[in-house]
Amino acid sequence: MSLDRETIVRIAKLARIDVEDSEIDGLASELNNILDWVETLNSISTEGVEPMVGVGVSKAPLRMDNTNDGDIAEAVLANAPDPAPPYFTVPKVIE
Amino acid sequence: MSKSELLQLDIATAGKGLRDGDFTAIELTEAYLDAVEASRELNIFITETPDRAMADAVAADKSIKAGTSSKMTGMPIGMKDLFCTQGIKTTAASNILGEFIPPYESTISARLKAAGTILLGKTNLDEFAMGSSNTTSAFGAAINPWELTEDKKPLTPGGSSGGSAAAVAAGAAIAATGTDTGGSIRQPAAFCGIVGMKPTYGRCSRWGVVAFASSLDQAGPFARTVRDAAIMLETMAGHDPKDSTSAAQATPNFEALIDGGVKGMRVGIPKEYRVEDMPEEIDSIWRRGIEMVTAAGAEVVEVSLPMTMSALPTYYIVAPAEASANLARYDGVRYGARVEGDDLNGMYSATRGQGFGKEVRRRIMIGTYVLSAGYYDAYYKKAQRVRTLISQDFDNAFHSVDALLTPTTPGAAFPIGEKEDDPISMYLNDVFTVPASLAGLPAISVPVGSNENGLPLGLQIIGRPFDEGSVFRLGQALEDAAQFDKRPRLTLEGFK
Amino acid sequence: MSTLIEGREGQWELVIGLETHAQVTSEAKLFSGASASFGAKPNSHVSFLDAGMPGMLPVINQRCVEAAVMTGIALNAEINLVSIFDRKNYFYPDLPLGYQISQFSDPIVGEGWLDIELDEGSTKRVGITRLHLEQDAGKSLHDQDPFRTFIDLNRAGVGLMEIVTEPDIHSADEAAAYVTKLREILRYLGVCDGNMEEGSLRCDINISVRKPGGALGTRTEIKNVNSIRFMREAIAFEARRQVEIIEDGGDIDQETRLFDPDRGETRSMRSKEDSHDYRYFPDPDLPPLVLDTNYIAEIKSRMPELPDAKRSRFVNELGLTEYDANVIAADKSSAAYFEKAAEKAEPKLVANWVMGEVFGRLNKDGLSIVEANVAPEELAALVVMIQDGKISGRQAKEAFEKMWSEGMGALAVIQELGLEQISDDGAIKEMVASVISANPDKVAEFKAGKTQLLGFFVGQVMKASKGKANPKAVNAILQEILGQ
Repeated sequence: MSLDRETIVRIAKLARIDVEDSEIDGLASELNNILDWVETLNSISTEGVEPMVGVGVSKAPLRMDNTNDGDIAEAVLANAPDPAPPYFTVPKVIE
Repeated sequence: MSKSELLQLDIATAGKGLRDGDFTAIELTEAYLDAVEASRELNIFITETPDRAMADAVAADKSIKAGTSSKMTGMPIGMKDLFCTQGIKTTAASNILGEFIPPYESTISARLKAAGTILLGKTNLDEFAMGSSNTTSAFGAAINPWELTEDKKPLTPGGSSGGSAAAVAAGAAIAATGTDTGGSIRQPAAFCGIVGMKPTYGRCSRWGVVAFASSLDQAGPFARTVRDAAIMLETMAGHDPKDSTSAAQATPNFEALIDGGVKGMRVGIPKEYRVEDMPEEIDSIWRRGIEMVTAAGAEVVEVSLPMTMSALPTYYIVAPAEASANLARYDGVRYGARVEGDDLNGMYSATRGQGFGKEVRRRIMIGTYVLSAGYYDAYYKKAQRVRTLISQDFDNAFHSVDALLTPTTPGAAFPIGEKEDDPISMYLNDVFTVPASLAGLPAISVPVGSNENGLPLGLQIIGRPFDEGSVFRLGQALEDAAQFDKRPRLTLEGFK
Repeated sequence: MSTLIEGREGQWELVIGLETHAQVTSEAKLFSGASASFGAKPNSHVSFLDAGMPGMLPVINQRCVEAAVMTGIALNAEINLVSIFDRKNYFYPDLPLGYQISQFSDPIVGEGWLDIELDEGSTKRVGITRLHLEQDAGKSLHDQDPFRTFIDLNRAGVGLMEIVTEPDIHSADEAAAYVTKLREILRYLGVCDGNMEEGSLRCDINISVRKPGGALGTRTEIKNVNSIRFMREAIAFEARRQVEIIEDGGDIDQETRLFDPDRGETRSMRSKEDSHDYRYFPDPDLPPLVLDTNYIAEIKSRMPELPDAKRSRFVNELGLTEYDANVIAADKSSAAYFEKAAEKAEPKLVANWVMGEVFGRLNKDGLSIVEANVAPEELAALVVMIQDGKISGRQAKEAFEKMWSEGMGALAVIQELGLEQISDDGAIKEMVASVISANPDKVAEFKAGKTQLLGFFVGQVMKASKGKANPKAVNAILQEILGQ
């Protein structure tokens, strides 16, 4: 599989990362090299092999339904860029 | 005791000195603060915390006096700047976190604090722990205290935990924390001639550690000796109910498990690790290591891990995929640096485009792509299946052996700036460390010798899940046999 | 019942599938210890995880798991012993992690069904595709500032159950009946308060039209409909819109639409062309959710009786009419009130009183059944007095008013009002004797055949007793004595 410019632009948009037009070709060739390399896995037969999601703990622990967090609005907002306490803000979203 | 004498002590000996009243934690801390200052040219620390260190030292002396101290009390350490520290700027070596000051303390740093350690500062690393040379740090690369003798080009301390490894090697910290996703503790430890231990996945809590790849990230110690690493890991490890992947395993007395020798221990030599065009220096140090453990009474057998060469490509699908989601939260909304744009999406894209460095952007792009519609099965699902096979390789090998002995890296530390043009050649640094990461196994790097330029070389020991004891024991045998006592030039000149 | 709709070119069939989001009634959020309650100060019910801070990790709230299992059982569905939490990746300011933790390929509950009651007393089975657990998002406020949108994360991370039906629903009535029934069950189980206005229960409607028996048409999705009335309006509008487009020779765009209650119409949401690539993958922070059969059996044993079972018991064991049973069992608290009272008094009579006086007063005072001023035990005491003939129905109503407004017990009110009837034969006989001796001429007339004078005697006795004598007893005794 080979990434073209259009795919790079689509992926960059999906990942919300600005990519300069001048960077696209370089990025495409780098990513293509990496993808070509990881595609060596295609030569390995994995038929009937279960995918491995994680290691170790095989069963998620469950937590009691207690309220033991929150009420820390000040700390939660302390690092916010352009806050309007008690709110975070973003540039106006038009619905 | 003079400051330079204090700096020579390891955790085991410094602990005894503190408890015996030979010197105080304040004296030890002052010596290290001087060393931190003297080693600034190495760009080890992103943030130094001398005031905090002195306050910690006062508390440590009190606790020693009161008889409530632990083995780690009074030990001045470096903290990889990936661990969130309450009230202390935490950067992950990225511009995107801006002036982020965590309002919480990671479980690991909290445990170390509670044990009475002294925080010297937050150490440099590759941005979001993505890298093998420290060069992706937004604060410039940390520098390896070892030097090439010929051209004096500064060397990489390795990555991603390069600052922590350099700190311990240079004598700017008695020990330090690291995190290892694909080799980020073991590779820098090998490059810097110190001990680095990645415990079993689930042994150390990930709560409060900036995430790179959640199914692989694991914290561990850097130290000058295997014993020190065991002592420090014991403080770091333990079940944490706040981390669903934290193992509900009791933490053994690791230090006690070091002793006892390796007589009768079966040590596997995976033949697939003998890669094509392996440098002679690596092959030779490996052979020496095999001789050492054999002489110590271990039984060495060849084993096969057929999937070894698939580990790296697998890793470079799994880790970027997880990272692409883990790093989605850096969006300029709730914390970190925001770069304004025309609208919401403009703000997102500018913030992330400018806030992340090149390698991080590259990996997010790869991760986004391999998870995207139509490619998920071909890449991500495929990689997960191969990961199963890699893990099964180890299971099979551990039917017949107790531990595996391999090189840690395919070479010694290289000059900063090398391998920068080709991501894959950089990725190949982790060829020997990544398999154990994918399988979640404990693995240590121990310095065993040096190459013809006098640069340290390390060997890796991989153990069964939660059998850090065997890993430490074999590591101790290597350390005893190797008697690796060379010190980096910058240490000796800097602190005399 | 025909569910077809008329177009210019004949009839069309509606095909509807519903995705209902039900907020789990819990103390804390799905993955954090912050409060899940409604209406707090902005960003106060937010943990560092809910704010998407670096290094924060999720731990599953067992209450949410239990709620999903209970609901699954109530929906006759298979409970999956292993389910997986996935990350659904997209950027939005109210989604602090940059992904929603949800369940995609392996939900906690699989296929099931729900029988719904339609108007003619018929029932219809709606297939349930799945039920999964996921996080709610925060809230964006667009009207607080001219240049900025404000973000409140109090809702972010609250546990939701998403319940998905098969495309088995063919009319607005069926859709309404399904949601009504589902809400009744959720409330019975106590797993969701069912409050649609506050958004605790909201529906996404997948809707398409086709010629009866024809191939499925292209569907649209109407998001976040938050009342049953709006749901009916949205379906009616959207069905009409789709039929018109197709009959005009157009095609339906597969898209997400929004219902505007003010205009009673649906409109296309700003298209988000890349929002469809959610890049789901298993959340590596969460090992699989593994349940064992004992756990499920234990939950099952703790489940309350469900409305359908209750209804049939009310009819078969307590002798209620279907109608009364439906009305009373529709709400768990009403049913509990009724059952408490019916323990001591005649169930049918109690049902009449609950549906009449009790519901009437609750309605008038704007109260819910748990706030009723007359305890079920007191209502029972009152009904028993009617059964025993100690008071008349009219007197009981008078007593009930006083019990309600003054919070008094039945006995105390009857005594205070002096309503208790004199049924003691001795006392009545004395009064009858004195009335007879005081009216010898009338007695003679009666005995001569003017039997209609009985009413006069009864009236006199009642007057003498100040209305307290049991009229039946008076009648009987008078006839006995006068007839001698």
